[in-house]
Amino acid sequence: MDVEVIKTYLPLYNEAILLTVRLGWFGILAAFGIGLLGSVIQYFRIPVLRKIAAVYIEVFRNTPLLVQLFFIYFALPKIGIKISAESCGILGLGLIGGAYMTETLRSGLESIDKIQHESALSLGMTKRQVFFYIILPQAFSVSIPGIVANLIFLLKETSVFSTISLMDLMFTSKDLIGMYAKTIECLFLLVIYYLIMLLPVSVLGTIIERRARYAQFGD
Amino acid sequence: MSELVKVEHLHKEFGKNVVLKDINLSVEKGEVVVIIGPSGCGKSTFLRCLNGLEGIEGGIVYVDGLPVEPESKDIYKIRQKIGMVFQYYELFPHKTVIENIILSPMKVQKRNRDDAVREAIELLDKVGLADKKDYYPRQLSGGQKQRVAIVRALIMHPDVLLFDEVTAALDPEMVHEVLQTMLELAKNGSTMIIVTHEMAFAKAVADRIVFFDQGDIVEETTDVKGFFEEPSTERAKKFLKTFAYE
Repeated sequence: MDVEVIKTYLPLYNEAILLTVRLGWFGILAAFGIGLLGSVIQYFRIPVLRKIAAVYIEVFRNTPLLVQLFFIYFALPKIGIKISAESCGILGLGLIGGAYMTETLRSGLESIDKIQHESALSLGMTKRQVFFYIILPQAFSVSIPGIVANLIFLLKETSVFSTISLMDLMFTSKDLIGMYAKTIECLFLLVIYYLIMLLPVSVLGTIIERRARYAQFGD
Repeated sequence: MSELVKVEHLHKEFGKNVVLKDINLSVEKGEVVVIIGPSGCGKSTFLRCLNGLEGIEGGIVYVDGLPVEPESKDIYKIRQKIGMVFQYYELFPHKTVIENIILSPMKVQKRNRDDAVREAIELLDKVGLADKKDYYPRQLSGGQKQRVAIVRALIMHPDVLLFDEVTAALDPEMVHEVLQTMLELAKNGSTMIIVTHEMAFAKAVADRIVFFDQGDIVEETTDVKGFFEEPSTERAKKFLKTFAYE
């Protein structure tokens, strides 16, 4: 392995990781928003929206992100909807992540005992107050392991962005290998940069998880 | 009309299973009514019908003259008049003791925080837990949790308090501290409807005993002492016998 080669490639990888993190960040934010919305719809059993949410979840959980991205990037322009490659990436990540987040939050919501709901109602709270003050915070802390797993999954899935020619880590590596055939160096950098991106999430996730568990159960 | 709670022809069923049939009961202001009866006789379900946590299939429940209907808009107002304490405390585990207590006064009654905190500490002090105000529920014993739950109900200034087997989950040495708190409340004129298996406590606190069996009020009397010495129905006799060891 040639250290000089690695040194020359570093700026390219720095740019790539910034792009990946930026798109990942917005995608995850969108996923959170959709997840929250989806879980509210399911919790309050809002009639029509509930069916739509169920279909959405099944469609996006059971098709690969690659296929979804192709659809957004290549098929939508055919019916006159044109969006930039970056927006496509964010949208795709947001939609698949939203489906996963909804499911994770839903199982968290279901794990909260019904009588917690009743004890809050007995204090005169409305259903909305019960949800936002009592049920959601507890469901959220129960869901943290699942949410962290989703975050890591989504950040890894950004590697698919390379297929719609976004200069992410994956694309940069493939490109460099194609041009200069420094395969070992590029793959080495690729692994290292993914770790740089994901290890902090994983570690931070574990810490938050532990703190939330402690607040909730004391162990 | 000093009737605070009035139940007329209450009928409740879960599917085909009839749990309460044609229940009639009125509770006056300041009265302490203790409901006893074998497990599964419908006592707890009855309490839950009083604040609309359970819907009913027939009859009507009035609290302070207002009908209790789970789907009506007034239900949230009516529930503020009815405090409830549960068997397993049901404190909110993600909130400290003080936050548990002030949440409803602030969010439901829109009282300001300082006012709510001041009263919360006053009430906590009365049950000997003022020093625990910043603890999380998990850091408290069962008896302490239950006293916090009582304070959380009291701060809403309810007209009537419902107690659903509140000592059934407690270790024996903690039962006493909770019952003591409830006795104090009774002495101070609170209107209470209590479901319990603590017969000695029932005897001490009740103005009236209501004996439920198989979804029905079998015996109802204000002669509390007399009931425990010599109940007039066979079923009550049989039930009380299960508490005696001879």
